[in-house]
Amino acid sequence: MKNLLSAADLTRDAAIEILDIAEEMAGVNHRDIKKLPTLRGKTVVNLFFEDSTRTRISFELAEKRLSADVINFTAKGSSVSKGESLKDTAQTLEAMGADAVVIRHSASGAAYKLAHSGWINGSIINAGDGTHEHPTQALLDAFTMRKRIHGDASVGKGLDGVKVAIVGDILHSRVARSNLILLNTLGAQVHFVAPPTLLPANPSRWNAKLHYSLDNAIDSEDLDVVMMLRIQTERMNASYFPSEREYSRIWGFNAQRLGRLKNSAIVMHPGPMNRGLEIDAISADSPQSTVLEQVTNGVSVRMAVLYALLSGERNTNAN
Amino acid sequence: MPTNFVLKNVQLADGSVQDIQVQDDKIVSVGSTLSADEVIDCSGLVALPGFVDLHTHLREPGFEQSETVLTGTQSAALGGFTAVHAMANTMPVADTAGVVEQVASLGKEAGYADVYPIGAVTVGLEGKQLAELGAMANSKAQVKVFSDDGKCVHDPVIMRRALEYVKAFDGVIAQHAQEPRLTEGAQMHEGAVSAELGLTGWPSVAEESIIARDVLLAEHVDSRIHICHLSTKGSVEIVRWAKARGIKVTAEVTPHHLLLTEELARSYDSVYKVNPPLRTAEDVAALREALIDGTIDIIATDHAPHPIEAKDCEWNAAAFGMLGLETAASIAQEVLIDSGKSGWNRFAQVLSQNPARIAGDSQQGQELVAGSFANIVLIDPKVKRKVVAESASKSVNSPYVGLELPGKVVHTIYRGYFTVRDSKLAKQGRS
Repeated sequence: MKNLLSAADLTRDAAIEILDIAEEMAGVNHRDIKKLPTLRGKTVVNLFFEDSTRTRISFELAEKRLSADVINFTAKGSSVSKGESLKDTAQTLEAMGADAVVIRHSASGAAYKLAHSGWINGSIINAGDGTHEHPTQALLDAFTMRKRIHGDASVGKGLDGVKVAIVGDILHSRVARSNLILLNTLGAQVHFVAPPTLLPANPSRWNAKLHYSLDNAIDSEDLDVVMMLRIQTERMNASYFPSEREYSRIWGFNAQRLGRLKNSAIVMHPGPMNRGLEIDAISADSPQSTVLEQVTNGVSVRMAVLYALLSGERNTNAN
Repeated sequence: MPTNFVLKNVQLADGSVQDIQVQDDKIVSVGSTLSADEVIDCSGLVALPGFVDLHTHLREPGFEQSETVLTGTQSAALGGFTAVHAMANTMPVADTAGVVEQVASLGKEAGYADVYPIGAVTVGLEGKQLAELGAMANSKAQVKVFSDDGKCVHDPVIMRRALEYVKAFDGVIAQHAQEPRLTEGAQMHEGAVSAELGLTGWPSVAEESIIARDVLLAEHVDSRIHICHLSTKGSVEIVRWAKARGIKVTAEVTPHHLLLTEELARSYDSVYKVNPPLRTAEDVAALREALIDGTIDIIATDHAPHPIEAKDCEWNAAAFGMLGLETAASIAQEVLIDSGKSGWNRFAQVLSQNPARIAGDSQQGQELVAGSFANIVLIDPKVKRKVVAESASKSVNSPYVGLELPGKVVHTIYRGYFTVRDSKLAKQGRS
């Protein structure tokens, strides 16, 4: 595998292999010297056309722990504005000899375009393209679920039969799209919960059960995982829902709803959270919340992806 | 230079095989065993009246890096067209007599086809104030068709006034039906594929609601209305209903909406980005049926050239539009002839006679009979050709490159002059 553009690039075996490598990487991250020489001499560029400090530093840490040479290239705007075009940026990075480009872009398909344009030969990793996909987020979410469910016995396992509700702005969420694909690949059952305005007009090809009511989903589905999505501020004034208060009442996660989940169920959020809007403080900080584990696991999973794409000889043993 | 030639053994739209004699710019005789100074063997070729495109973006003035009147009409000639209607979204916008006269005169100078400028409905295409429609109609360009194409005349009062006002000079409003609020930031057809790709959807209802409103407005003020680039099954149903009700509505479909679907967006290759967007296979089937049964009156290309950099980028940043002049006849052949569902008479109607009638081009779209202007296209329907990127257009944004399409334009005769002969473009236009 050369690129990671979509969660659909991963077969079940390939996905489990990456999650298993991430287990090894998690071991490295608990050592005193958190560093492997795997990518020594390789240049990885973090090409961010959109602000995302969290995702960038997660990748940066992963790259540094694998001893890659890391370049951060923050290019505000795109060819729409006066800025340099994606093509010129890509060709510049190619001329400098980048082995991999981690791209975050506001346009859906930007990573795909980069990988199929012929502008650049290095590996392309999609770190979020518009409202399309964010495959490393889906991998770290799957890793987190697997770890919570199977603990030390995670290696080699999928997520068969796990019931996952993803709640919030499905329409605009790249996290939801990548999770839908990967969770299906790993055998989980996906439930999307959202106001009708924040679901696609035609979700007919989505293998997910749709719910308008979070309460019904909680009470009827025996959920193992509830994943809350961030409500972007730009949705708030665009009539997707009447008010933040109403949204929070009907689709927000709170202590009362947490109390109705089974004890083993977990609450996830890709961050950053709007505390008090889509999630309240009690559930965000509860033992069932995995928000900080997701951040930690993000580094391990991204190390695993870089390893799988860039290390010359594929080898499931990270050591 | 006086001309006198005979096109020998052509197959006419009715299936009969005849000779056509051309003297200067007119057909002087149609019959058998005609002779002249020059006799051109046309055995196996179908002769049709020269095609008339009601929807062409020639880009001049203002966007000459994409296309000029000269290169656009050369491309038209290669596609079998002897007349094009140049859309108004130039820079400056064709919203005054001065600009439309300039475009018309560039067309005459080029000499590859009749160039009829379309006037803007509103000043600067902004939808706020009527442009000087009367001045454009009374100018040397004699504008009859008005359109804000690229933008919808969305204000219902402005639309009503425009529909009424052009009755004074038998004009017609060609509406780009797109409800602007429903299509803010829209990138592709809203449906199952846009949901997967995370591209902002352009819902069918944004087209259909405007068409529904406008046919009712046209009925209310008893005016003619023409609907540009119909793209959905629902739009077809509304137009069918309106025609049954006696409303004076005509409709066009583009070649690309007859052939291509939303699935192509999966490549994120913006050569497939067009407005209105490529729709579903079900829409394509409905459009084809409507073209055959007469609900849709014409094929118009919406030939929309863009420079390479406007397409060689991420989808969201790319311009809307695709080339169409040199491939339109092949797609018409696939839909009408090779499908076995229609015939050459309908082909001549949708690519020549009907657009000429809608636009009031009295010297175009004439039957191939003695006394008509010698605007003739000869097609070899048996050839299959693989579309290549090279064309007479200055731009290369053709979605058909690499596809095999049926039929080939062999000769295009524009007022008795071969603008295309043996599929080669004449070095000069008609003087």
